[in-house]
Amino acid sequence: MSAPANTRRELLLAGGFTLAFALVRGGRAEAMVSPIPQAGDPAAAKADGNPAFAPNAFIRIDRTGPVRLVMANVEMGQGIYTGEATLLAEELDVGLDQVTLEHAPPNDALYAMPLLGQQATGGSTSTRAAWKVLQQAGAVGRAMLVGAAAKRWNVDPGACTVERGVVTHTGSGRKASYGELAADAARQPVPTDFKLKDPKDFKLIGKPFRRLDTAGKVDGSTIYGIDVRVPGMKIAAVEICPVWGGKLRAVDDSAARAIPGVRDVIRMDDAVAVTGDHFWAAKKGVEALKIDWDLGPHTDFTTDGLAKGLEAASRSGTPIVARAIGDQNRAGHTLEAVYQVPMLAHAPMEPLNAVVQVRPDACEIWVGTQVPVRCVAAAAKLTGLPAEKIIVHNQYLGGGFGRRLEEDSVARAVQIAKQVAYPVKMIFTREQDIRHDIPRPIYFDRIAAEVDGDGYPVAWRDRVTSPSVMRRWVPQGLRKDGLDSDTVEGSAEPPYDLPNLRVEWVPHDMPNGMPIGWWRGVGPTHNLFKVEGFIDELAHAAKKDPVAYRRHLLKTNTRALGVLNLAADKMGWSGPQVGPRIGRGCAVAFCFGSYVCAMTEVEVSPTGEVTLRRSVTAVDSGTVINPNTIEAQIQGGLVFGWTAALYSELTYKDGAAEQGNFNDYRMMRMNEVPPLEVHLVQSAEGPGGIGEVGTAIAAPALANAVFAATGVRLRRLPIDRRLLVEGRTRNSIPAVAPLAALALAAVAGADATERDEALVGDDA
Amino acid sequence: MITVNINGQDQALDVEPDTPLLWALRDVVGLTGTKFGCGIAQCGACTVHVDGQAMRSCVLPVSAIGGRSVTTIEAVGKSPAGQKVQQAWLDIEVVQCGYCQSGQIMSAAALIQHIPNPSDADIDAAMSGNICRCGTYARVREAIKLAATGHCAASRTIPVGPPPTPPADGEKAA
Repeated sequence: MSAPANTRRELLLAGGFTLAFALVRGGRAEAMVSPIPQAGDPAAAKADGNPAFAPNAFIRIDRTGPVRLVMANVEMGQGIYTGEATLLAEELDVGLDQVTLEHAPPNDALYAMPLLGQQATGGSTSTRAAWKVLQQAGAVGRAMLVGAAAKRWNVDPGACTVERGVVTHTGSGRKASYGELAADAARQPVPTDFKLKDPKDFKLIGKPFRRLDTAGKVDGSTIYGIDVRVPGMKIAAVEICPVWGGKLRAVDDSAARAIPGVRDVIRMDDAVAVTGDHFWAAKKGVEALKIDWDLGPHTDFTTDGLAKGLEAASRSGTPIVARAIGDQNRAGHTLEAVYQVPMLAHAPMEPLNAVVQVRPDACEIWVGTQVPVRCVAAAAKLTGLPAEKIIVHNQYLGGGFGRRLEEDSVARAVQIAKQVAYPVKMIFTREQDIRHDIPRPIYFDRIAAEVDGDGYPVAWRDRVTSPSVMRRWVPQGLRKDGLDSDTVEGSAEPPYDLPNLRVEWVPHDMPNGMPIGWWRGVGPTHNLFKVEGFIDELAHAAKKDPVAYRRHLLKTNTRALGVLNLAADKMGWSGPQVGPRIGRGCAVAFCFGSYVCAMTEVEVSPTGEVTLRRSVTAVDSGTVINPNTIEAQIQGGLVFGWTAALYSELTYKDGAAEQGNFNDYRMMRMNEVPPLEVHLVQSAEGPGGIGEVGTAIAAPALANAVFAATGVRLRRLPIDRRLLVEGRTRNSIPAVAPLAALALAAVAGADATERDEALVGDDA
Repeated sequence: MITVNINGQDQALDVEPDTPLLWALRDVVGLTGTKFGCGIAQCGACTVHVDGQAMRSCVLPVSAIGGRSVTTIEAVGKSPAGQKVQQAWLDIEVVQCGYCQSGQIMSAAALIQHIPNPSDADIDAAMSGNICRCGTYARVREAIKLAATGHCAASRTIPVGPPPTPPADGEKAA
């Protein structure tokens, strides 16, 4: 009775990031986390303090003390520890104050997520994937504890109630705590039929309980990876070759070694590290190195060149048809546009780091990671030790945003620690963190529609051109025809009634072979900017209000219409322009399993500076585990997305990143953020993802508001303020290359029949 | 050896005079609540109080502190302003990943210490040096107002704990 992701619909709901994982397992992803005992449970429980009762991989009950809950996902701010604890505690019938939380050890057999098929946290999948399993896990534990009490008292289990971890026999009034019952419960049969609570009886689910991880985060006691201290540890700073593919030729370390507190200088193929008694000594040591780099073959790499390559590929490359339905050649008045978004750094507030000790018999790692099992694999490969000798202690993450879906910092720290006898804490400076990010790729998107006499689309064509994250990160997840479904997530299935649609992807690899990575919001972040911007363009061309225009196209999509109407109501939507150079923008989407509508009001100064005045967002994410978390994720996600739209662009020149710190890679700050209203739709549907929804919907609502305020359509991020200077000719953006001819040519050469089924992956 | 008064105790630090207070705190004293974010006073994660003033410890050499006393996140709760700020942070759930929040709280505590009832402009001026990548700014603003005045527009969380007896009449009035 777990929640398998084995139907086409569910996979589509899950999105491209998830699809990749699910396909790896042939869609049979249900055999992962389980509410009932698994083969590895006894060993895992024994290693975890050998509790008296451990009915599954998530619950540990000792004879005394709080119930210990093992968190399969990692906490990077999204509130998942509180959410997963709520699901477990609800059915276990304990209070949230009666539990303590533990980071799960790396163990795919026990903690691989149902939607992902591996132990990873990403793609806004955690709650969507695990909610049923965790409720069931709590119910299994409760049933066995109640069974133990009933046996002890020789009564019917049905005559017992549980309140806050105490079982009571209603007839006699006898009571026993979970701790007292734990040993007996371990000998109870595992129930095969576990009944979950009626939602009306929920005590925890759906209420704004305080997060369980905040006390230590307001008094400084929470330990993140960067805070770990182990005996004998030294601190390492590192300088990596500025150009991808470059090598260390030689290094003169005489000045570095003279710095007080410096211990060792570590040479690697493409980097040099200095260890010291503290980070300052190590950092000064690195700065004193005289490094001779062989910059390698990619010194000609530039972002401008990459963008030109994408544009050329978008014309002449061979597209893979992601989805084609209906008659895409329906004639009408053609509207078309090109949308572009740049490479982006993640820049989590906690710079990348890892603590590693390599011993002859084992390698121990302390790190905050979204992918503990990948870290094990990386360390095993570098040390030659078997995977079971790699011990990973996961920590709280000071932000992830996809950056900690990569294990490169662990690999780097292992390379350093291998060469010394002591444990090493490697810390990237912010400059190393940004310059050696595994960035969000660039996208070049052409979109076109044929519209009827009323201005509504009768045919829709969308061509994404980009590098692929999946090809490197999870190549087994590519569709049989090579499609990286992440590139079209948010494009392939718009929420609107578009019966004649064709969405394609043209792959264009990074010319320097540099890895690119997942970034909060993944595929939808660029696709919603384009789809929602273009819908706004169509509405404007049709001389229709953008909200009314969307309503017309969402007539049959009840939940999407619901969030649109709720947001419009709360915003008091009366039209896009509300004052001189003050405008409102709207964007609607279905992404990560949730429906969202964002409305933003901006004012644009005569010099082109954009000020956000108001933000209203409506969300339907199905069953709500904790409304406070949903609100926080939408608020924070919007800021993350607006930051990128307003400021962010990672550029490369002579093969090297040009930005390195918050002075040149700018962040939104307190004075720039308006009040952020979030309104939730009550829903009994299964929970949707929420961590990336706000980020993905932020830019289109903002850009549409800027259009309303200025008449300038922003089709490229980050916002170019020069286009917004008052008095500048409106829409003075260069004309776009014709798309219609391209798309039609592609149709002629391709099978235009329904290709929908292919999205499930034929390899399943 | 440089002696610095940190959280009420004199600490003898065996570091070079140019060592930023941040690294002395984290790697020498072992107070890891103060965070490294940028190293160039751009993000505020390393904010501490020096004689009650919010300062960025990543660019403050230990030799420049002299006889002034340093307070970090680990001890800010001992002051009334710090205690109120920390409580407000919990009441309306400001924190997400939490990494920047030590610095946010130190900046906020210094603000309401000096301006007991700050305006939005005061909050902007005091807090815009603190970056939060999770985007908690709206709640930071409300939490400062809550700490300062007991009122805010944000909705309250339910503290985890045994059910109140007798049944409470809900949360405190906002």
